[in-house]
Amino acid sequence: MVPFIPDFTMNLVLALILFPLLAGLLLLVVQSDFARRVVVGLAVAVVAVLSVWLAATAANLDLSRLPADAHRIGQVLFGVELLLSAFLLWVGIRSRNAWVLLLIVSQAGLMIWFELRGAAHVEVNRHLAVDQLSVIMALINGLVGGAICLYALGYMREYHETAHRETRDRRPLFFALLFVFMSAMFGLIFANNLVWLFLCWEITTICSFLLIGYTQTDEAKRNALRALVMNLAGGLAFAGAIVFLQAKAGTIEMDRLIASGQAVALVPAALLCFAGITKSAQLPFSSWLLGAMVAPTPVSALLHSSTMVKAGVYLALRMAPVVAGTVIGMSVALVGGVTFVIASLAAITVRDAKRVLAWSTVANLGLVILCAGIGTAEAVWAGVLLIIFHAVAKCLLFLSVGVIEHKIHSRDIEDMSGLVVTMPRLAIMMQIGIAGMFLAPFGMLMSKWAVLKAVVDASPVLSVFIVFGSAATLFFWVKWMGKLLEVIQPGEPVRQELLPGQAVALYSLATATALACVLFPLISSTCIEPYTLAVFGKTASLGTGNNLIMVSMMALVVLFPVAFIRYGRGVRVADAYLGGANADDSAHFRTTADSIATVAMGNYYLNNLFDESSLSRWGVAAATTVLAAMLLLLFL
Amino acid sequence: MKASLHAILYLLAAPLIGGLLAGWDRRISARMQSRPGPPVLQPFYDVLKLLRKENVVVRRSQNFYILFFLLFVMFTGALFFAGADLLLVVFALTAAAIFLVLGAYKASSPYSSVGAQRELIQMMAYEPMVLLTAIGMYMVTKSFQVQDIAAHPTLLVLALPGVFLGFLYALEIKFRKSPFDLSSSHHAHQELVRGITTEFSGRALAMIEIAHWYETVFLLGWVYLFFASIPVLALAACLLVFLLVILTDNVFARLKWQMALRSAWVVAIVLGFGNVLVLSLLPPP
Repeated sequence: MVPFIPDFTMNLVLALILFPLLAGLLLLVVQSDFARRVVVGLAVAVVAVLSVWLAATAANLDLSRLPADAHRIGQVLFGVELLLSAFLLWVGIRSRNAWVLLLIVSQAGLMIWFELRGAAHVEVNRHLAVDQLSVIMALINGLVGGAICLYALGYMREYHETAHRETRDRRPLFFALLFVFMSAMFGLIFANNLVWLFLCWEITTICSFLLIGYTQTDEAKRNALRALVMNLAGGLAFAGAIVFLQAKAGTIEMDRLIASGQAVALVPAALLCFAGITKSAQLPFSSWLLGAMVAPTPVSALLHSSTMVKAGVYLALRMAPVVAGTVIGMSVALVGGVTFVIASLAAITVRDAKRVLAWSTVANLGLVILCAGIGTAEAVWAGVLLIIFHAVAKCLLFLSVGVIEHKIHSRDIEDMSGLVVTMPRLAIMMQIGIAGMFLAPFGMLMSKWAVLKAVVDASPVLSVFIVFGSAATLFFWVKWMGKLLEVIQPGEPVRQELLPGQAVALYSLATATALACVLFPLISSTCIEPYTLAVFGKTASLGTGNNLIMVSMMALVVLFPVAFIRYGRGVRVADAYLGGANADDSAHFRTTADSIATVAMGNYYLNNLFDESSLSRWGVAAATTVLAAMLLLLFL
Repeated sequence: MKASLHAILYLLAAPLIGGLLAGWDRRISARMQSRPGPPVLQPFYDVLKLLRKENVVVRRSQNFYILFFLLFVMFTGALFFAGADLLLVVFALTAAAIFLVLGAYKASSPYSSVGAQRELIQMMAYEPMVLLTAIGMYMVTKSFQVQDIAAHPTLLVLALPGVFLGFLYALEIKFRKSPFDLSSSHHAHQELVRGITTEFSGRALAMIEIAHWYETVFLLGWVYLFFASIPVLALAACLLVFLLVILTDNVFARLKWQMALRSAWVVAIVLGFGNVLVLSLLPPP
């Protein structure tokens, strides 16, 4: 008997989950670099085609389903879960980490108890489900994730052959993990059976643990364990949600959970939101994502843009209709708001490029969590927009920084001065990426605008987080942009800025960042509005007048590069003003001791106003208080 | 139709009004300092002269940023007077200011670089209050559209006294006048030389000046909104605010940037957010 005969869409969904998994297993045994390139290239192409195909067929889709006799699959998956638990137990014992042991034992205990006692009574209608939100997430995962895998080919070769010779070359494992991660993410997006979703959730936790620890340095091991502990805490909350839901409502399906009303669903929804908060690295759990940057850049890009953290906000957004208007929702929103402000301020104080990007991810996810907590149609609409635009622009930025790091052997933003001359292509990619993150009329800003409107409508008091957070955002992005443009002494252009795979990834992401603003209304009307309409019975949209304004603003921005046609015409070049003490050029001046000094310009990091560690201390304290109050409230 | 007419009117008339206001500013300031001051039309003479000067640059692309600064400022004002969404107007204004900052960065000189960063700090200082102003107006009028806010029957300032005072504070920063002339100053006598405009000359400097005129009219237009239901009062308020800015410019010394940022955020929280909080607890009828 064939368990999967349903409709075509469902086959596509299954293919999306299983194909990357198989590719990942295959890559585990592929040793030659050439063969790996072929496999990865083909797999990325297939996944991209499948996810676009799904989006094309599923545009006007009702929920479709697997037949109910998928019981045997459930047993297999339970076996997988036990294996994973055993693995984590081993990790906990080997690293002598009491937290890992405690969390994994209680989590596995809960799930085994559930499986032995409860699962037999549960009838599941839909194991998998597809709606517009999952289609959007699938596109992000398939396309952005695919671009990262392509980029990783060249990057990891450079990584092992030139940049980090000391690290043991475990590329087969690395690429296998990338694809397993992708597969788990697809599973997570399409699962309606919460037990299945939980399994995928745990797989992403384990994949990120292994990827963060890839280099096996002490720092990497430590940070990987921290990521594991925090995500397992979320996993425990998840398991608790499943057990509670089954005991109270006799179901383990997400759509039924959402439909069952606040009286039943509020506790599991709150627990799932908690899990989402850990996974999306909100305060007080942000430190795991910041620590994750010890891993090679493709891992950071993957964690920050297409998978992992997006799983957290995805789950929280799914819970939005349940928590809307409750104290729980308010707490979730507060955690997001606090995280947005604190993380944006923290990003001002650091000069490590990857760290700035990490804080900015934390901040933007804070906004999405804020939207989820508010939970109105408008807010969810804005939250989904944020997810889309953030994934594309952030991925572009991470991948660019990765290449720059290999070329200049530094991640310090101060060392990126003059990049526009030495690596013009990368500098332009960075400019597009940064503009995409915060500047009108690019997507992120438009989404922020939508968030602000949603917040003002639902609870205006929360808007205080957004107005201060976005002011801080502006500062750290613009000073970085400026650093890239500034040229004190023109350097020699670097030869071969980009390897072919990197070029494909970066150019397509840059195009996507720019196009996303133009396609904004289309994305909204075909994917997001139907979703909010289905869930809330109403929706938000941009409005024609505002669309027109956005398009004309975009036209203005596009004209900017056109201005460079007149580059160098009708101007006389002179030296910069150095207090009248220039020595020969703009870069040197005569000091009062009559020696010659070189000009140096540094950015402001405002460290005498606030610093990173005290900011995060305050943030952790505030967010912990809110979360503790929320959990306390839940159990009273 | 009417909207685009207003926008076109703004684009044509704002530089004239703004230039005249700049002329009066110089005259009144001079009188406060017991000088006769230049003719009222002096700003126009200055700009016309700048336009005829040679273009001297440090980096060949620096002036493109200034051109787009001007274009975006014009766009911002046009949006505002066309009655568009107030938040979009704020975002367009931010985009404009960013072009100016990037131009100064591009010029790659120590003084313009310091000026650029101080300008960023000033933007960071005033933006929360400006956004809170838009939010406050929305809470009273239930619309972000400037045309709806302008047509609202009640006097907004009555419901938004805190927001109005906070907005005035932000305005002082936005005008880059003492005590907030941190990033650039009309008086070239300080540690930062001319700050953000140090390396701009000729046509680029003229464009910065014209952009400033456009900005002045747009910002006073926003002051008008607080009193829009009584037009005579609103015009008088604009005039008074303009005089107030000149007065503070002449009686205050420059603040440190730390103080500027801190005080602006405290003002935004106490006056701006406080007002919003009160409004959300006691919604206006």
